[in-house]
Amino acid sequence: MSAPLSIKRLQGMKRQAEIQQVALSEVFSQTVTDAGAIGFVLSRLPKTSAPILWVQDRLSCKEAGQPYLPGLGVHPPVIWVNVGRPADVLWSMEEGLRCTALSAVIGEVWGAPPALDFTATKRLALRAEAAGVACWLIRRAAAPGLSAARERWRVASLPSAAHPHDPQAPGAPCWQAELFKSRSRKPGSWAVTHDRASDRIDILPPVRDGALAEGNGAHRQRAQR
Amino acid sequence: MERWQKAMARIGNAPSDDLPVALVAEGPHGQVIHATNRAARLAGIAIGARVVDMRAVCPTLQVEYADLAGDARALGRLALWARRWCPWTVVDGADGLILDTTGSDHLLGGEAAMLVEMETRLSLLGLTARLAVAPTWGAAWALARYGPVRAICTEETRAADLHPLPVAALRLEAETVLLLGRLGLKTIGQLSEVPRLSLTRRFARSTLEANPLLRLDQAMGRLAEPVASQEARPRIIAQAKLPEPIMDPTAYLPQLGEEVCAQLEREGAGCRRLTLVVYRTDGEISRLKVATAAPSRAPAHLCRLFDDRLERLDPGFGFDLITLEAGMIEPVKTVQAQLGGGSDGGVPLSHLIDRLTARLGPRAVKTPVLKESHMPERAAQWAPAMAGAGADPLTPAQERPLRLLDPPEEIRVLYAVPEGPPAQFIWRRQTHRVVRYAGPERIAPEWWSDRPGTRLRDYFRIEDQAGCRYWLYREGLHEDGRGGDPRWFVHGCFA
Repeated sequence: MSAPLSIKRLQGMKRQAEIQQVALSEVFSQTVTDAGAIGFVLSRLPKTSAPILWVQDRLSCKEAGQPYLPGLGVHPPVIWVNVGRPADVLWSMEEGLRCTALSAVIGEVWGAPPALDFTATKRLALRAEAAGVACWLIRRAAAPGLSAARERWRVASLPSAAHPHDPQAPGAPCWQAELFKSRSRKPGSWAVTHDRASDRIDILPPVRDGALAEGNGAHRQRAQR
Repeated sequence: MERWQKAMARIGNAPSDDLPVALVAEGPHGQVIHATNRAARLAGIAIGARVVDMRAVCPTLQVEYADLAGDARALGRLALWARRWCPWTVVDGADGLILDTTGSDHLLGGEAAMLVEMETRLSLLGLTARLAVAPTWGAAWALARYGPVRAICTEETRAADLHPLPVAALRLEAETVLLLGRLGLKTIGQLSEVPRLSLTRRFARSTLEANPLLRLDQAMGRLAEPVASQEARPRIIAQAKLPEPIMDPTAYLPQLGEEVCAQLEREGAGCRRLTLVVYRTDGEISRLKVATAAPSRAPAHLCRLFDDRLERLDPGFGFDLITLEAGMIEPVKTVQAQLGGGSDGGVPLSHLIDRLTARLGPRAVKTPVLKESHMPERAAQWAPAMAGAGADPLTPAQERPLRLLDPPEEIRVLYAVPEGPPAQFIWRRQTHRVVRYAGPERIAPEWWSDRPGTRLRDYFRIEDQAGCRYWLYREGLHEDGRGGDPRWFVHGCFA
């Protein structure tokens, strides 16, 4: 293998990675009130100071709450759009994807409305790739239907990692992240833990520690009672 | 005072006329009376006196704050409104207007008729006015405040009109008036009889406001005092007159937008409001307003803001005149985005906010306003994005959830110890068993903004058997004397 070829391949891989970063991705939340999907999306956003456009429909806002800025940690500015109809969510996301000053567009859609069909997701995906803005669609109370999303994830919370100082307290959040459709890589399922201090995702070893799996701090609490 | 009474009447809160009311302003030694109504004047309330003294004189006095900045703004608008009578108008102090009516009084039928007309018009606005006509600014000031009703003074009668007035009518400082009183000079006539040389020697170093000789010269016309009229900004407006009534203005909008933007560009400005008015053939007018977050003069962007709203215009039987007017005009700098002279290609952020707000309404598009508060719902609030810039992020000392439920949802809780963490809770008909917890984190009510009787909150971070992490709180304690048993709420969800 010659050196120029390997550089070309490296560049190609880098471009591939960039496209992956900015394409439309869909995340399905396992339960309605589980904020794990949002934590997962936030951990995968590009680390810039450009603002985020966050679009919610009213049902998502009522059922799953609104974004809470102090909880996001060191965050870029957020423009929050709260609209009634899912069609308006999609329209706002498309408008946001025209604006290259944004770092990401996050949309939350409740259920499977007729407006969110294959054409709508295709439009979002093409716009996201043209503008180079990451686009994430968070779906709740929905089964994965037809979609043009470049990556589709299913995220559920797992019992958290052990807290370094307090065995009873929940520690770093863990999620079961399942990539069930992807254009560019092999689907798979991982148990990931989020290191909040460095804002980084660690993939847990597939064979988990016995103590971690069984412990969970529950027996200690029972013993106290 | 009258502006305040009108504002109170508009919100249905006007006090009855026989109750003494005073507006107060902050003075150097506490609040002083700024304006009074008729009942207060009759009760002996003096303008400029301390509020505490006047409360002793009249214990039933109702005291409200005066809006001095608002008064100044209203007077500025009134000065422009007064150009209906003459082209040169200027605001004089905090409570006066000077109109240079030279050559325009005959249009209104002479000076006396003009004064009657002015008083009528002003009373229709709900304002009382004292008016005077005089050859100089100083004489008009003196006669309006100290002279007879609707005084008219000419070059010949000026001396006779001014001489009986007190020296305070010369726009002098209070200290100078006091000094002249001590010298025995009570009226302008007495002052003008004093030889000029002695007055010059006595007040050689004093400023204009403290110098009776200069003020006397101004009133008598020996010292020029021209009226420097404020120029009103030209309206930026484009109009299209149509030969036949039409129903849909879409085709004319781009051209009007370009005309307005060309005018804005000549001014070096951009607009933040744009009003489209269509004049219908049956005499009705319907209008559409759009707003932008940052001043703009891009015709394509401004016209796109009208996109989905033109259907809301009621065309009736058609309209034959369309105008597009720019409002809230602010200077805009021309910025070169790239060294090569090209543009970034994308839409600027402010244009995105404008588009979203124009379609979805200002209450749907929001930016966070972060405050230093321990109450979670007060620490981060949302304000319309049109209002302006977002806030700097604050890093809270404790861990905070990603999601906040607004309002918090009440849950049923089983606990082992009354003040301890919950063991199990039922939320939205589902039972969650608490596996791990952290807390409590106690947040006391903010007494300076909460109503009395608000209970404290003990927050717990909870992880249930499925691994979902919630933020619960107990409102109050057992036996804290602020209501019955404490209630429990879910307030947020952690990642």
